Amino acid sequence: MSVAPAEVDKPETGQEAVPDSPWVTIVWNDPVNLMSYVTYVFQTVFGYAKPKAEKLMLDVHHKGKAVVSSGAREAMERDAETLHGYGLWATVSHD
Amino acid sequence: MSDDEGEAVAGFRAAPGGATARFAAAQAAIIRDLVGQIAELVADEIPDEGGTAGTGSAAADLASQLGVSDATELPDDPVLARLLPDAYRDDPAASGEFRRYTEQGLRSAKVAAARTVLATLPPSGGKIRLSEPEAQAWLRALNDVRLALSVRLGITDELDEQEDLAADDPAADNPRSAYMWVYQWLAILQESLVEALS
Repeated sequence: MSVAPAEVDKPETGQEAVPDSPWVTIVWNDPVNLMSYVTYVFQTVFGYAKPKAEKLMLDVHHKGKAVVSSGAREAMERDAETLHGYGLWATVSHD
Repeated sequence: MSDDEGEAVAGFRAAPGGATARFAAAQAAIIRDLVGQIAELVADEIPDEGGTAGTGSAAADLASQLGVSDATELPDDPVLARLLPDAYRDDPAASGEFRRYTEQGLRSAKVAAARTVLATLPPSGGKIRLSEPEAQAWLRALNDVRLALSVRLGITDELDEQEDLAADDPAADNPRSAYMWVYQWLAILQESLVEALS
């Protein structure tokens, strides 16, 4: 899985035409969720190793958001639903 | 309340297969009250099951402010809107569709987590031992309570100044200060539970 939190601004040319063009799940920063908890959620939900989960958490914290998963739209909606279950502020969008 | 603080800060510790913690009766009452309110708020089709709110605690004031959601639009109540957020930022139609298919499950999951807390935390407090699934339910339920409190408290930045505010005036007759104290105590508790599970 390719996760590039700092590279959301990719060219948009022809993405709609590519069958497997990625949708992404984005987690937004909020002042409530604990950094340790967010890291724990990324590890638990996505099975990410702790360093990767921590990097994503720090991206959320410092940059205001991070792409935490990418893939088919249905899968991203499942991820967002799961993250909502943990109280994280997650949205789905087409990269 | 401040007498319990030292004990509260100890929070959860890792235990074989889960986590353990000890709660004073007053602490258990606060957690049960707030978690119960979340369950009632989120389970809007389920009639009031009674007993969790209106026990005369400071947190009971919160209950009167809790509202009801709509099935396909972002709830008007700001607490529900935070607990059941839109999944698309600038696409109300897609958000509505997502909500139609997921909101009920999300509500049920939050109610289930709250009920796990209520089932594992006796009103009298004492030492409790949680399995890992129970502990994860606790994490989510405590987080939902903190999200709800943050909306009611108007917390928009990471706490810094507010910490001093709460430290200067613990509980007493200032309800906002009391909620802030609870909010921060629950953060410490949640943090300890994350660490216990990590």
